[in-house]
Amino acid sequence: MEHGSFKDNSHATFTLGEEDHTLANAVRFVLNQDPRVTVGAYTIPHPSLEKVNIRVQTTGDPAKEVFKDACQELMQMNRHVRSVFDKAVTEYKAEEERKVKKAAEELQRQRELFGSMDIESN
Amino acid sequence: MESVEEEEEEVRRIVTDEEKLEAKNFNIFDLPDVPKGLPPHLELQRTRVVCEVGAPLHATGTIYSGAYISSGVDNSVNLENFSEDFKVDVISLTETDMVFDMIGIPQGIANAFRRILLAELPSMAIEKVFVVNNTSIIQDEVLAHRLGLIPIVADPRLFEYLSENDQPNERNTIVFKLHVKCPKGDPRRKVLSSELKWLPNGSELLKESAGGSTTNPKTHTSFSRSQDSFPEFADNPIMPSFEDILIAKLGPGQEIELEAHAVKGIGKTHAKWSPVATAWYRMFPEVILLKEFEGKHAEELVKVCPRKVFDIEEMGQGRKRATVARPRDCSLCRECLREGDETIEGEANSKGKAEAKSEGKAEAKSEGKAEAKGKRDWVDQVALRRVKNHFIFTIESTGSQPPDVLFTEAVKILEDKCERVISELS
Repeated sequence: MEHGSFKDNSHATFTLGEEDHTLANAVRFVLNQDPRVTVGAYTIPHPSLEKVNIRVQTTGDPAKEVFKDACQELMQMNRHVRSVFDKAVTEYKAEEERKVKKAAEELQRQRELFGSMDIESN
Repeated sequence: MESVEEEEEEVRRIVTDEEKLEAKNFNIFDLPDVPKGLPPHLELQRTRVVCEVGAPLHATGTIYSGAYISSGVDNSVNLENFSEDFKVDVISLTETDMVFDMIGIPQGIANAFRRILLAELPSMAIEKVFVVNNTSIIQDEVLAHRLGLIPIVADPRLFEYLSENDQPNERNTIVFKLHVKCPKGDPRRKVLSSELKWLPNGSELLKESAGGSTTNPKTHTSFSRSQDSFPEFADNPIMPSFEDILIAKLGPGQEIELEAHAVKGIGKTHAKWSPVATAWYRMFPEVILLKEFEGKHAEELVKVCPRKVFDIEEMGQGRKRATVARPRDCSLCRECLREGDETIEGEANSKGKAEAKSEGKAEAKSEGKAEAKGKRDWVDQVALRRVKNHFIFTIESTGSQPPDVLFTEAVKILEDKCERVISELS
């Protein structure tokens, strides 16, 4: 829901239902990084109601577009986080497997060494 | 006097077009000897949380993109910089626990992940308990509450939510049975979570039908097929994560017979549905020794730290020096900054007074020191800081899903929230 004015669409307040600090704080960060934004803030009118008011004031561009761009950018940042995380986890798992294999090989080699030593002593 | 004449001569020159263009494009920061970036104290403010004895400073970040525009530094973090700088380092990963570093991520987004991990990731937990017989001393409702808190190994992505109007079927309910008895003459026995039996075919309790017809007795669930037949559950049966959770204790002659239905839910509704034992993050600590700690002072510093952050380094000729060996382990207890009694007398007095800065507190302390035996004053010699944008995340899962899957799901949920907002706005 957008509360703004028909004449000047660069200032608006957006009310999101069923949201809380989780999304609002993350969006507020991305919003403030946009150079077109002069005011990017959020407030929760009452903690019992699940509503968040996000205020966006820009230097001329329509507030709705700027807010949408911020959400879009947040989405892309999340996608990037996911891909980097998945890569790091697969690399870690591969590394752990390599270590386990190396340790098993080492153990096997030592066993064989001891086995051959017994034969020699006999 | 000569220089003044020279200056007047220069002013009378005609300014050429080339020079005008140069003046327009002139950027002071291009000059060879002007330092780029922010001055060091501002850079410290921007990237570090300084932990003083009293409270942390500069904890809230300057997120406004134009904050340092007059210095020519762009504070914005757009997608390109973020993609270049963002890094993840996995420190340890087991089936239930995970510790990893996230570098370059803003604090608000890291907190959003933490909140989603705790409250908005779905999992399965017992919700309805049908009690047939309970002669134990644990009341029905207390028993039901305890059953609800038992973590269940079942991937919630394979199940659907059960709303009020839906019929419980094999897609949205898991049915457990608990039937234990303590025979007369036996000693007290414990009822552990291993005694919860999974019923893949659905409920076995018959519903009372209004018409009294016995042709088709209905149970409390309508399973059209056995959950055993699903490929995911064929080899790993659904059971509680831990087999040794104590549910109740039975004395001789007492019996518990009940059926429990588990459904999908999120942590916001009730904490039993939170899939993580807990998830937290801390900022990467940075410990810097502003002054050299030598000899006995070095030993004292190493002794004082409860987390063994410092180490002694031999410098040859018998001299010792303290170094920061494991800053990662620092828990910011501030023991190294705390005022304490010196174990060595004499030296401490002169050192403390000489190093006292303009802080009012330090001055008062140094004056008092003249009379005192010897008080340790390391407030100005050790700097404790936290690096913003570098988080050490710990996720402890309860067993239903491995922690890396949980984190990926949490990121997906934040993406979904953004998408919902975008579609609402369009």
